[in-house]
Amino acid sequence: MNVPRYWRTEQTRYGLIGEVCRACGKPIFPPRDVCPHCTEEGQDVHPFRGKGQVYSFSTIYDAPTGYTEYQPYTVALIKLDEGPLVTAQLTDVDNDQVHVGMPVEMVTRKIKEEGENGLIVYGYKFRPVLDTRPDRF
Amino acid sequence: MREVSIIGIGQTQVGELWERSLRDLAVDAIKAALKDAHLEWVEALYVGNMLSGECVAQQHLGALIADWSGLGNIEAVRVEAADASGAAALRMGYLAVASGVHDYVLVCGVEKMTDVDVETANAAWSSALDAEYEAFQGVTMPALAGLLMRRYMHEFGVQREDFAPFAVTAHANGANNPYAMFRSPISADAYAKAGMVVDPISMFDAAPLCDGAAAVVLCPSERTRDSSNRPVRIRASAVATDRLAVHSRREPLFLQAAYLSAQKAYLQAGVGPEDVNLFELHDAFTILAALSLEACGFADRGQAVHLAKEGGIARNGRIPISTMGGLKARGHPIGATGIYQIVELVMQLRGKAGANQIDCRLGMAQGLGGSGATAITHILEASS
Ligand SMILES: [Zn+2]
Repeated sequence: MNVPRYWRTEQTRYGLIGEVCRACGKPIFPPRDVCPHCTEEGQDVHPFRGKGQVYSFSTIYDAPTGYTEYQPYTVALIKLDEGPLVTAQLTDVDNDQVHVGMPVEMVTRKIKEEGENGLIVYGYKFRPVLDTRPDRF
Repeated sequence: MREVSIIGIGQTQVGELWERSLRDLAVDAIKAALKDAHLEWVEALYVGNMLSGECVAQQHLGALIADWSGLGNIEAVRVEAADASGAAALRMGYLAVASGVHDYVLVCGVEKMTDVDVETANAAWSSALDAEYEAFQGVTMPALAGLLMRRYMHEFGVQREDFAPFAVTAHANGANNPYAMFRSPISADAYAKAGMVVDPISMFDAAPLCDGAAAVVLCPSERTRDSSNRPVRIRASAVATDRLAVHSRREPLFLQAAYLSAQKAYLQAGVGPEDVNLFELHDAFTILAALSLEACGFADRGQAVHLAKEGGIARNGRIPISTMGGLKARGHPIGATGIYQIVELVMQLRGKAGANQIDCRLGMAQGLGGSGATAITHILEASS
């Protein structure tokens, strides 16, 4: 049973909750106890806004165990507006429509089902930012 | 610290070796290396391996391999550093001899991946990534290489086809290596038409996961007189690490660990990249070959693909790489790969590399773990 493994990172995965370093002021995602920039301990909780751009992307035709039902799917490095890169699947987009620099936003989606009990694990994915400008219509 | 030399090498065929088990392969390589060194016994054994737990449900390889090799109750442990496990085991063997703790030491790299299906092997290999923030998202080792390759193409304005020379060179060299998994040359046209595995990574950008074992015997250089084979000196051995996840690195396209371990190795050997005659680098993916060449000072940032295109990595080029096929054509039995690289360097430096022999005195090998978070660099020198 792997529930604690997922439960520990719930906030990070559901809310994109990271940190800001109290010593050097840099935003940190995913959160960790020791700042990767200045090695000081002690950070403040920081919810990331979940907006960013595609830094790079790659489409998987040969998925590992647990992910084959989604293949082919596209994974990306997302450059968050606040700075950090995040590794995440893209969703709600055709694989051949993705490009470097594409504006994206975080959404919560099912990541996989695990084990005989069918434990459903959720987490963040990113989708193209919906164009809501009124002149679009 | 004492100077250390390699006095024996052994390797098995690389491939899908259904009829041999992990322990059989390790014993085959060890027996060959001991015979080559004219020895029957050593004081210690370091086994490089990454995936025996996941792929054959067998851990505790130090004792197992020592037992089945008939080495008795010697010191023996397994060393793990993802794809760089073999190189890490060599580092441990080197330290044991250099420090004076042991005189005669065996280092074996072994991996058996074909006892499980491809999905399981792929998932196991991807455990070298950050499990919670990379692999959790369905990202695999090839996918991470794909992310690096796409960004490289974007930043440096190159196309997928520009990576062809890495695959073409490796396969041309593998064709003359009797131990290689793939022994057929490929053309740039075949590369261009290859099917995608993880776009933009095609089957010709990626090394095959497979089985194999290789071994070397080490001793203090002052004792190499007892060995009739030409000993090869280890002039440098250096390890560096980087942040594990690609998304945490300062500059994803610069392999900081590869740079640092190469710099440390150059300093230890008192040489620079201009002195190195051949470089067995970690071409698990063509993009990693390019990034490794750049990090180690053989090409400027964004220039490795041009170096390759101009023939600089061929056997008669400025810096021959993958001279016996590399990971791409010889095959990438993960934890064994680092020792295959060393065995091949020793063959070159002894002048025993057959049709692929190049004129060389100083050779370098670099193993990368995962997407480059571990980098281990060794520099070897032919005895004069
Ligand atoms: Zn800080």
